[in-house]
Amino acid sequence: MENITTNILIVGVGGQGVLLASELLSETAMKAGHDVKKSEVHGMSQRGGVVSSHIKFGPKVYSPIIPYGQADILISFEVAEALRAIDWMKKEGFLVTAITRLVPPIATGGKFHYPDDPVAELRKKVHRLLVLEAEDIARDLGDVRLVNTILLGSLSTDLEFAESLWQEVIRQRVKEKFVEMNLQAFARGRQLAGSVNKGTA
Amino acid sequence: MKRLLSGNEAVARGAYEAGIKLGVGYPGTPSTEILETIAEEYRSIYSQWSPNEKVAFEVGIGASLGGGRALVTMKHVGLNVAADPFMTFAYTGVNAGFVVVSADDPEMHSSQNEQDNRFFAKFAQIPFLEPSDSQESKDFVRRAFEISEMFDTPVMLRMTTRISHSKAIVEEYEPVVLPESGFKRDMQKYVMIPANAKKRHVVVEQRLEKLRLFSESTELNKVENNGSEIGIITGGIAYQYAKDNLPDADYLKIGFGFPLPIEKISKFVAAHKVNLIIEELEPYYEEIIKAAGIRIEGKKYFSRQGELSPYKVALGLKEADILSSVKGAEIEPETLFPRPPILCPGCPHRGAYMALRKLGVAVTGDIGCYTLGVLPPLEYLDSCICMGASIGNAIGIDKVDGYKKGVVAVIGDSTFLHSGITGLLDAVYNKSNITVVILDNRITAMTGGQQHPSTGHTLMGEETKSVNLAQLARALGVESVREIDPYDYNGMIRALEDEIRRPGPSVIITNRPCVLMPKRILDRPYMVIPEDCNGCSACFRIGCPAISPSTEMTKHGRPKAIIDAVLCTGCTLCAQVCRPEAIVPIPDKTPDK
Repeated sequence: MENITTNILIVGVGGQGVLLASELLSETAMKAGHDVKKSEVHGMSQRGGVVSSHIKFGPKVYSPIIPYGQADILISFEVAEALRAIDWMKKEGFLVTAITRLVPPIATGGKFHYPDDPVAELRKKVHRLLVLEAEDIARDLGDVRLVNTILLGSLSTDLEFAESLWQEVIRQRVKEKFVEMNLQAFARGRQLAGSVNKGTA
Repeated sequence: MKRLLSGNEAVARGAYEAGIKLGVGYPGTPSTEILETIAEEYRSIYSQWSPNEKVAFEVGIGASLGGGRALVTMKHVGLNVAADPFMTFAYTGVNAGFVVVSADDPEMHSSQNEQDNRFFAKFAQIPFLEPSDSQESKDFVRRAFEISEMFDTPVMLRMTTRISHSKAIVEEYEPVVLPESGFKRDMQKYVMIPANAKKRHVVVEQRLEKLRLFSESTELNKVENNGSEIGIITGGIAYQYAKDNLPDADYLKIGFGFPLPIEKISKFVAAHKVNLIIEELEPYYEEIIKAAGIRIEGKKYFSRQGELSPYKVALGLKEADILSSVKGAEIEPETLFPRPPILCPGCPHRGAYMALRKLGVAVTGDIGCYTLGVLPPLEYLDSCICMGASIGNAIGIDKVDGYKKGVVAVIGDSTFLHSGITGLLDAVYNKSNITVVILDNRITAMTGGQQHPSTGHTLMGEETKSVNLAQLARALGVESVREIDPYDYNGMIRALEDEIRRPGPSVIITNRPCVLMPKRILDRPYMVIPEDCNGCSACFRIGCPAISPSTEMTKHGRPKAIIDAVLCTGCTLCAQVCRPEAIVPIPDKTPDK
């Protein structure tokens, strides 16, 4: 019998809050009754390096790492990082990325080049793609850190967990005075993903 | 209760369940969170950071002698520092249980080498346990303490980054209740003069025989029988990668890694048509198993370098003709720009590196955030070997070469207190002409902000004495010790020039705290006046993540600079190198809190 796991990769740049998003997702999967493993490497990555978090859930999870080309969903906090991670995805996978560009100093010297139009390159690789002005939306909702829950909201449309379960985890894991904001951000992310996931995009 | 715990959090929980009295260590990725979790969640346990791993290990020995179970934590290279007490404590054995966690870092995510510390346990002839997920991380700690007391031996728990930092579901239990115990005098056992040590060496060999028998029978070395023709011998994270690829093979999963259960292995191998060893890093199992005359392969198909992964294991299995195809695409070679780790906006180390680069001196480095000075665009560092090495390295260069432009050692505050003090003493004693720059940001920053002997706080959050680094340097005999503001670029250059010229060793201490920890520092942010920017790129070369090229070009087609006001901490270093004075404070902008 094949042991099917759902594989989700979350990527971004150190300091963007990638680890919180993966934390909320793993908790939700556990509450939904799945075996869960999640893997990331801390350390140097905090200093502006690439951060990635692998989350796997299903009846039984062995390795905490997703093999290349096996991610069902890719969430990216930064648009060029989505491009860097794109080959980890299955062809029929779902990609949600913030449009945010973080150009590192190394790409300002002329030796390395930040891609001009990463979204166009992403479109060549995946069909189910959602690009969000996540930072602008988050600022409108009151705090740039809400990017986390906006992206999670969009991601949630591709998973079978009840909306109320996500909300329960957000209520438990987020500081009380930020709960309402985060619930709103989550709802907004869900709403924005709706069109793509009904196959209209 | 069930919780999602990282391997490190699970080790902390396991130590709590095992009833430890004391937890001690020195911060080092990937081990740091173990003691942080103990200090935060299990307050009934006394826990502390020691100045280095050797002292930590010795404190742990003391606790064991005093009758309390002790957990000592460190990263793999930390055990090199603690190797002296480690090797001899193996002779004396324990009073109360003693477990040392060695958190290895295959792939060198945040380390200078990827040594495989399983060999260290074999070297000292003590047992080691190796978990393959968070649940085992917790349960094995408790088992390790039992084994320690049962066989009168220190025990190593060998973790790796992937186990330490992955989270999985863990079932928790109540702590054990241990009988009261205390310090017991036993001179022949604990005083390792040659006469006693010779007797203890005999005991070590006898103990090893008992451990061999235990290894054969313990469920820690578990056979998983699925009726397959394929038999895999594996342990640690490699077990999970193997299971991903071959869920239905038979397994001999090694949890108790020294001494290995040779009888059990021999029977397992004989019972399978095809056998293979899958292990990360060195051929540790393989060498021992082959030396026992058992025919089997391992590293023939798997690299000794870096971490394994489900994909790398699949490739090896294919090469060994066990898998017919490999799932998943091979990843394309990296075509995107790299994103190396970098000094944070406002990092006080930046000013020091700018000045050192300007002067063209030889710079011996050390272990900490400031090692990032080797990466572009600063690219100014000549060595990085181990904790405290900068000062000895500088002395050596000075003695043989006397590098004309000057030899400077850069070392952080925590690293200086860890093992720089003796180096500085050497510089004084042997009359070296070096300058030591202590980059004092008042925290152990690279590992996430831990306290140390000059921060004024302990791991458990109590206030304590704070050692004064300048007084310490003077007490060692350094005649010229001065403090300097690393945000003052020209002041930093002048101070370095003075001290390099001065005969004898001297010390410069930078006096700005880390901008992230313990609290975030944000001063008035700066901006670029586009009309005044000539695109000279001087500000790009200081490597500040807050500065990037704008889409606006100069008439020569060079991009102008733009500063991200959210990231800028107002350190002013970019403004100090901007010739046209195009970088100014944002008018009327108070910092975001």
